[in-house]
Amino acid sequence: MQLNEEKNEEKTGKAKKERTPMPEQPADERRKNFNEVTLGYTKEDALAEASRCLACKDPKCVEGCPVNVDIPGFIELICEEDFEGAIEKIKDTNTLPAICGRVCPQETQCEALCVLGKKAQPVAIGRLERFCADYDSQKGAKVPEVTKSTGKRVAVVGSGPAGLTAAADLAKLGHKVTIFESLHKSGGVLSYGIPEFRLPKKIVQQEIEYIKQLGVEFKPNYIIGRIKTLDELCDEFDAVFLGTGAGLPNFMGIPGENFSGVYSANEFLTRVNLMKAYDPAYNTRVRLGKHVVVVGGGNVAMDAARSALRLGADEVSIVYRRGEDEMPARREEIEHAKEEGIIFRFLTNPVLILGDEKFNVKAVECIKMELGEPDKSGRRSPVPVEGSEFTIPADVVVIAIGTSPNPIIFKGSEGLEQNKKGTVVADEETGATSKCGVFAGGDVVTGAATVISAMGAGKKAAKAIDEYLTGK
Amino acid sequence: MAYKILEKEEIAQSVHKMVVDAPDVAKAAKAGQFIILRIDELGERIPLTIADFEIEKGTVTVIFQEMGKTTKQLAKLSAGESLEDFVGPLGTPADVRKLGTVILVGGGVGVAPIYPQAKAYTKAGNRVLSIIGARNKDLLILEDEMRKASSELYIATDDGSKGHHGFVTDIMKKILDSGEKVARVVIIGPPIMMKVGAGVASPYDVEILVSLNSIMVDGTGMCGGCRVTIGGKTKFTCVDGPEFDARKVDFVELMNRLAMYRGEETKAVEKYEEECRCGLH
Repeated sequence: MQLNEEKNEEKTGKAKKERTPMPEQPADERRKNFNEVTLGYTKEDALAEASRCLACKDPKCVEGCPVNVDIPGFIELICEEDFEGAIEKIKDTNTLPAICGRVCPQETQCEALCVLGKKAQPVAIGRLERFCADYDSQKGAKVPEVTKSTGKRVAVVGSGPAGLTAAADLAKLGHKVTIFESLHKSGGVLSYGIPEFRLPKKIVQQEIEYIKQLGVEFKPNYIIGRIKTLDELCDEFDAVFLGTGAGLPNFMGIPGENFSGVYSANEFLTRVNLMKAYDPAYNTRVRLGKHVVVVGGGNVAMDAARSALRLGADEVSIVYRRGEDEMPARREEIEHAKEEGIIFRFLTNPVLILGDEKFNVKAVECIKMELGEPDKSGRRSPVPVEGSEFTIPADVVVIAIGTSPNPIIFKGSEGLEQNKKGTVVADEETGATSKCGVFAGGDVVTGAATVISAMGAGKKAAKAIDEYLTGK
Repeated sequence: MAYKILEKEEIAQSVHKMVVDAPDVAKAAKAGQFIILRIDELGERIPLTIADFEIEKGTVTVIFQEMGKTTKQLAKLSAGESLEDFVGPLGTPADVRKLGTVILVGGGVGVAPIYPQAKAYTKAGNRVLSIIGARNKDLLILEDEMRKASSELYIATDDGSKGHHGFVTDIMKKILDSGEKVARVVIIGPPIMMKVGAGVASPYDVEILVSLNSIMVDGTGMCGGCRVTIGGKTKFTCVDGPEFDARKVDFVELMNRLAMYRGEETKAVEKYEEECRCGLH
């Protein structure tokens, strides 16, 4: 088993400065399967890593966590080998620890603020959280106690990270929660977007089962905006939380984008993850490319590229219009993709997709870019280099340049303020919208962001909804 | 979740009618909309047009032809069995208004989606001239229902075994030539028939609508697998459609996109039929 090599500037220093590596599948093996890449800490690993925590009196790491998990608290319990106590402590504030421990960008959150990080490596908080959650599910998670009912009913629209978190928190406070989900499986992006090799679907379903045990009712195959309008939900429930995400794929608008073999990342990943097109026992298919080109530089682009590789592609390249430093994807995912042999073409932008006589994609014409002056957001905007066009052969192209909120939810409903990009206008602290009794959080408010920020928004909104319902 | 099959009948050779218990869908359904179903855990999601719905009974009727693996597997199910998933109503309802005289053209299983439209146009106070067709008389569906729902009904078969010997579009052209003022033509059937029909009708001063049958996955606008080019712009059939102005549709692109998985589909059917012969299904 190959161990994850960690950088350590002070290799000569105390052993304690190095974080405990996490075992993972070797790259040449894992690029052929959809099994989880990272394998998780053993008990010994967890104890070694937990002992590095300085148990700060004024812990900065907690501030870096969007849902403010009591990090030193649960790590101390790990040190005492009270793993059940540790998971309970985490679950006080975080309902989806097995997921967060795997997909949170800890390097920009909790771990970014760990004081150990100033001189050496920060405590591997995410890995420890994951260890506790996995220990818990292996043992059979404790059935939570259902709180006495307040008699209030809340509708949650969408079962992604924002909706699941809001639902769980509201149920713990004694409100009767019903989740409406348009797809046949719950989880949102956790089920259709993030691949099995990063987040096993068994884990997502386990977390959802836990939320069901809190008394939350799930209604799959139920589309608000088609079966019922948002206005009708408002009449039937005491409050509504909108966690419908940003599921509408953006296309580039270049010629040839509708050739067969050109996918949105949403379609490609839905076929692979939700419908399990990689498994011949399932009936959904996805085109298997020999030469795959993925456009974009976020986590979704990494997921699509690494999935295409695992489906058997000979060559997968990521085409990104900015440079490596500007890539919004998690560092770990970029490293994993590189180890697996994904080719990165930076400062490159597609201008045209070429097809054959049967409308099948055969190549992508790209242009080289250079970084110009910083734009309003402070990022240097890429500018095309004239005359630098070149073509890359491709039989599958995946467009992963971002998503917007799906407008179906707003059909037939009135009074919900949206901004130009189609996102819902909501108060940052409470999630309250312009429509009375309707709260919103996650990607539907922010546009495509992270799992944990959606959970944070779900958590804040649940608190605000509780105050709204109980008149606090 | 499970959705019970209440009735199941073969209404023409390899064409089946299925009535499903789905009260939420029935209550919200309108003419022109469709559903997506999944037979079981291993199943794919396939779109089928809503052929009928009854709010009081909470039922939705779909009609499908055995084409690929999933429809063949669906044909083997009987009343009393259940479908794993049945989601809808999806798509924008057909734009049914009082317009005067409307011609509705349905070919093959395309008669199924025409039927709720005939009822709706008649109810809205239109004179509804319906033309239905099939390759031969044994493949013709919903004749009695369509007669009841229309002001006039015309039938065409490719082999002349019933009604006009020829295409549904021949009858449509005759009506348009007769000088009767027609406000709109709605054509639903295989893409080639809609393309040809739209071509025949386009020189006339008449609105032409078609209902497109793209490949779909989710049917809620989150993937764009069903995208089509309408008047030079990309639209999603599942949300913006399925009904579009026929003069603006890029039918060649649609037909090429529909052929995208043909090889895989053929293989899946062969494998399925082989397994059936071995008694595995």
